[in-house]
Amino acid sequence: MHIDPLERKWMYVVGVMTIVMVASMAYAAVVMNMHPPSNVETIDPKTLHLSGEFAEDNLGVTTNPDGSVTVRMIAARYSFYPQEIEVPVDTEVTFRMTSPDVVHGVHVPFTNMSTMVIPGYVSEVTTRFPKAVETQFLCNEYCGLGHDYMWSRLKVTPKG
Amino acid sequence: MHDKAKSVSLANLWVAFAAFMVAIVLGLYQVMNRSGLFPEIESHELYFASVSTHGVLMGFVLTTFFVMGFGYYTATSTLKRELWSKPLSWVAFWVALGGTVMAAYPLLTGQASVLYTFYPPLKAHPLFYIGATLLVVGSWLWCLEMIMSVVTWKRDNPGKVVPLAMYGTTANAVMWLWTSAGVALEMIFQLIPWSLGIIDTVDPGLARTLFSWTLHAIVYFWLFPAYIAMYTILPKVAGGRLFSDEMGRVAFIMLMVISVPIGFHHLYMDPQQAAGFKFLHMLGTFAVAVPTLLTGFTVLASLEVSGRLRGGRGLLGWLGALDWKEPMVVAGLLALFMLIAGGFGGMINASYQMNTLVHNTQWVTGHFHLIFAGTTVIMYLAVAYHLWPKLTGRRLASRGMALVQLWTWCIGMLVLTMPWHIIGLLGQPRRISSTPYDSPLVEAWGPHEAAMVVGGAILLVSALLFVLNLLLSHLSARTDAREKNEWAEAIHPPLRVAKPLNGFALWNGILAVWMIVSYGYPVLQFFVLDTYGSLPWGY
Repeated sequence: MHIDPLERKWMYVVGVMTIVMVASMAYAAVVMNMHPPSNVETIDPKTLHLSGEFAEDNLGVTTNPDGSVTVRMIAARYSFYPQEIEVPVDTEVTFRMTSPDVVHGVHVPFTNMSTMVIPGYVSEVTTRFPKAVETQFLCNEYCGLGHDYMWSRLKVTPKG
Repeated sequence: MHDKAKSVSLANLWVAFAAFMVAIVLGLYQVMNRSGLFPEIESHELYFASVSTHGVLMGFVLTTFFVMGFGYYTATSTLKRELWSKPLSWVAFWVALGGTVMAAYPLLTGQASVLYTFYPPLKAHPLFYIGATLLVVGSWLWCLEMIMSVVTWKRDNPGKVVPLAMYGTTANAVMWLWTSAGVALEMIFQLIPWSLGIIDTVDPGLARTLFSWTLHAIVYFWLFPAYIAMYTILPKVAGGRLFSDEMGRVAFIMLMVISVPIGFHHLYMDPQQAAGFKFLHMLGTFAVAVPTLLTGFTVLASLEVSGRLRGGRGLLGWLGALDWKEPMVVAGLLALFMLIAGGFGGMINASYQMNTLVHNTQWVTGHFHLIFAGTTVIMYLAVAYHLWPKLTGRRLASRGMALVQLWTWCIGMLVLTMPWHIIGLLGQPRRISSTPYDSPLVEAWGPHEAAMVVGGAILLVSALLFVLNLLLSHLSARTDAREKNEWAEAIHPPLRVAKPLNGFALWNGILAVWMIVSYGYPVLQFFVLDTYGSLPWGY
């Protein structure tokens, strides 16, 4: 096969560039433990409201013994329930969410609180909000004609 | 004189561009509705029916029919013989067209507003799923036609090198058979029986996994003809030579093998797949940037050869010396420009971590409009200008109008997609029809939403110029009987190439193993875990 010297140089550039990008992601994944939400946990969407962690009484914010916070929410047409959530700033927060109806997505703008919410599965995201703000959960997956109206409030409160 | 399959090529291309024209009108309506500047036209029902139709027409109909029409021309013109089976090419056309019409009915009547990515457990009218499947079945017949045409040619021409344009077309046909299997499984075993009430529930986790199998490589199915034109037509009409024929083969092979087993970068944010598999697919996603970077080099190097042959000097003088009055040259350069801009955005989307910030925001819509509607479609338009005289025997009505059209297409696309990238970073979700959020963000999005309406309007005018030019040419009496050889020759035309660079047996084997590794357990897990299906939902 005939490869031009200039072409060969470009191939090296491409190779090095690709390796640097992949290596930086591998570093963030392995050393900094940054992964997308991937817990592969199933749940029956037809009965989740009857008992267990996603029954109405168990939804909302729970503070764990170690000071971290767990938030259990339901994404359903057309809001996130409970509709107002308050979490402390600079604290480890784990969101657990699922859907009793169709596919939804949730994103808090400018943060890495983002996951798809798929009926039949529990989504789990752990994050930390660095600033005290009043912001929103926005549904970012088409879920029906009322999709635009699917959002709710998140308040990140100052400590103490 | 062999039969060049002109009528079947033209029939396919006209369907493609008719779909394009309808879809672009819908596109302008959508940006207007979404901007909030025209409250009197706002409607959620109409908007989501329109988005679903726009996606199906642009993503499935324009592309599939263009790929088929261009493929028949390429096969007969490069192999210098008839198609393996001409009746088969017409069967493929009618099956695909029948499927399109069948899907159009529920789409246009608001009974399939589930977007072109389906989103079960939202349920559409069964005819939508059946029609879309028939469109794919039609494309499989085209794949068979392309593969058999090249197989029989090789049998009759032992040891000869398959022309690069046909090698790329066959790579695309082989890749599409692998690619479309995912969505076909979703349709046949999940959505069609479920929409007909034969089964009660579907597992959206499995459906999304199967769809992801198709979802990445389908964009390469669309992109392949654009690359084929860049390698095998552009250098010729620019007045130069292809820098490297063999590197073209390497790029086509890499696209065929690597683009299929990497669909999980569409599922990074999904809970039903594990992090390890997502990481594995990320590695392949970055590997598939390699053939595109090689293509960029080879195409620019070929253009530099042309520019220098035309008297261009110095580091960049060759750029100015290029034939800026030739539509294919202008389109090629604009396509590469949009590819570079969109490609950088793509690497952010593909990032295992950074994706979190842009996932399902309007940024993503900006990205794929820049690469698909920009890079890919502008090459489709240039190929149409190039082929029209050869297929219709008539001269192009106006070359000046073609040039204005291509420039306005690129400008319109930039005015449309740059604001989308910005509002995406500012947190705006994609796939919304309005922004009724109680948030200060809504105000920040305002000016960018006004800009996108301007972009949509420029694109509509540009598309009208395109279709008008083709129509006037087709109906004109000014004949063009020139049938010159239009395929580019390489600087070193290969007299023989190694067997793997002339066929696909080895690459199919590698792809089969890679698919088992990357999709084997992720699909199998749905039959191992205790999963719960979903009942159908309206919308």
